[in-house]
Amino acid sequence: MRISLFITCFNDTLFPRTGQATVELLERLGHEVTFPEEQTCCGQMHFNTGYSDEAAALVRRFVRVFADEEIIVCPSGSCAGMVRDAYPRVAEQAGDDQLANEVAALGSRVFELSELLVDKLEVEDVGAYYPHRVTYHPTCHSLRLLRVGDKPLRLLRAVRGIDLVELEESRECCGFGGTFAVKNPDVSTAMLADKIRHVLDTRAEVCSAADNSCLMHIGGGLARLRTGTRTVHLAEILAATE
Amino acid sequence: MSRTERLGFPAAAREALADTQLRRNIGKATQTIRAKRAAVVEELDDWEELREAGRAIKERTLRHLPAYLEQLEASVTAAGGRVHWARDGAEANAIVAGIAEAHDSREIIKVKSLASDEIKFNEAMAARGISAWETDLAELIIQLGDDEQSHILVPAIHRNRAEIRELFQRTLAAEGEQVTDEPAALAELARKHLRRKFLSVPVGVSGANFCVAETGTICVVESEGNGRMCTTLPRVLVTIAGIEKVLPTWGDLEVFLALLPRSSTGERMNPYTSLWSGVTEGDGPEEFHLVLLDNGRSDVLADDFARQTLNCIRCSACLNVCPVYERTGGHAYESVYPGPIGAILTPQLVGLDEAGTLPYASSLCGACYEVCPVKIDIPSVLVHLRGKVVAKKREKRLDPEVAALKTAAFAFSTRGRYERAQKLSRGQKVLGRGRGSVPPPLSAWTGARDLPEVPTQTFREWWRGRANGHGGG
Repeated sequence: MRISLFITCFNDTLFPRTGQATVELLERLGHEVTFPEEQTCCGQMHFNTGYSDEAAALVRRFVRVFADEEIIVCPSGSCAGMVRDAYPRVAEQAGDDQLANEVAALGSRVFELSELLVDKLEVEDVGAYYPHRVTYHPTCHSLRLLRVGDKPLRLLRAVRGIDLVELEESRECCGFGGTFAVKNPDVSTAMLADKIRHVLDTRAEVCSAADNSCLMHIGGGLARLRTGTRTVHLAEILAATE
Repeated sequence: MSRTERLGFPAAAREALADTQLRRNIGKATQTIRAKRAAVVEELDDWEELREAGRAIKERTLRHLPAYLEQLEASVTAAGGRVHWARDGAEANAIVAGIAEAHDSREIIKVKSLASDEIKFNEAMAARGISAWETDLAELIIQLGDDEQSHILVPAIHRNRAEIRELFQRTLAAEGEQVTDEPAALAELARKHLRRKFLSVPVGVSGANFCVAETGTICVVESEGNGRMCTTLPRVLVTIAGIEKVLPTWGDLEVFLALLPRSSTGERMNPYTSLWSGVTEGDGPEEFHLVLLDNGRSDVLADDFARQTLNCIRCSACLNVCPVYERTGGHAYESVYPGPIGAILTPQLVGLDEAGTLPYASSLCGACYEVCPVKIDIPSVLVHLRGKVVAKKREKRLDPEVAALKTAAFAFSTRGRYERAQKLSRGQKVLGRGRGSVPPPLSAWTGARDLPEVPTQTFREWWRGRANGHGGG
């Protein structure tokens, strides 16, 4: 299958390893990965902060860049959620019927990584080997915008060597929330403190998620406290082999 | 406790977060109610259909609101009641004070009413020499403590038993009487105080959970029975209801009586449901007044997207699941409507100049939308209101946030600019490690979190190197 990678600007710039892992994983499963190099940002930060004009321009750009791509994978729950959940509203706000049609057609072609693997490629055991104690934070937008359910956990359970431990109160937000983390730093870090407490209670070496923005926040807190617990994107665990 | 100037959410939240007793009280209470709600919602196979019905009825009613309000007025009048229209709080308060004065009463007893809190009813009555007594136990605790409510359903959620014992000892106990913190003993003390009021005060004031247009029936749901006494014992009863409280028919009411108790207290049915239509000779109040309050609601209605805010039935399920509310409590929202619903309702009622930080008081985690019994898409309304805040910021000449986000949008507008910006972010080492070494707003991040180092190679550089046969993995 030919799969187009929507890397997200955040992963592209700050977490390239996640993109590399996504490519390696999909190629190992026998698929062809393409990367439309014209892509920049999906507009999530602008949209969620209230800058809908700027977001609309980025939405139009995204629609143009991915117009001919049949299957698009995104290793970020919140950016995939932006395209599927918010793009229709951006088009509606802009009063642009053609854009509305285009984003409606686009939405059904965009998959978050675990959705692509489990729903589209119908695979749970991706042949990964990861001999570490891991706990998984499901992230709000994967859970509530995309409704991926337990797909990431099903993928992780099939990884050989993994010691997967349940995270208490896992559905609770970690407190990142994009610009929320800097606009309301005190509340954000109070939420983070509880998330970190639950992560440390698992005695996991690794806290994983399908969104590097949440992981940067959780990992930033874990690093500040010198806990030794690392954050690793789901794609990187699934790409790992013996 | 009362403040004249708003601090704004970030500063008010910072104060609240410092109160560890408050965090423990709120955390314990919200987690308990959350679990109860989840258990009783789980019981119903058709919960999602009920939510959808609730949403659909509310939205249809709001689309034809003027017609239903006029029908309600006609029905209440036909049933022997009188309807008053109040554009704002001042008008509503003047109407009720006038009614009390016409009956030579210097006292009013009240059943819990958010609308009356919204219009600062008690203060307005006091200014006219009328004492308004709260009869809901939690509202009484707030009133006796000169405190402010911090939750829609459980206004004194921020107080624990020991704090309430101390308050009752100080305000309600007879001289020499020793009060224990046994719930039964505390309730008995409040009961004695309230019974005296129920039996002597001639004017009662209530809010309304629902107003049924077809029969002019008012519905109040509660747990204590004090509301029942308030609405049946006084000679004169006045109900203050927001204009969005109207429902067309009893058939519609059925849906909401299933949605509300499960969402609010986590009960299958609430203990007391009082319903009355106008007046009945020889039974209950001799005089009934309905005050229909606008106070900004028409403006909310005028906004096509944010209008869904008026679907709210004040169940408070969104507060109980909100990770922000759970940590800050209600006072940080500086409104009688706290939590996620308050973050969208308050700015629309009082204006963004007053409450412009509230639309940002959320991580957009979506837990509120998931539980809302009338499916208000609170995260999307928050984002919609942020757009209005930004529109105001754009009017200013030099707003740093507008400048930063415009710059970012420009950088994302072409591939070339984007790739140059990527290189720049690497060269600058702005995102270096260490504490306090970065300027605002990044310093808000590094207060408690380290920043990752910017990698030496972007993904796209790796991709290109790989395509050219080198630089892979």
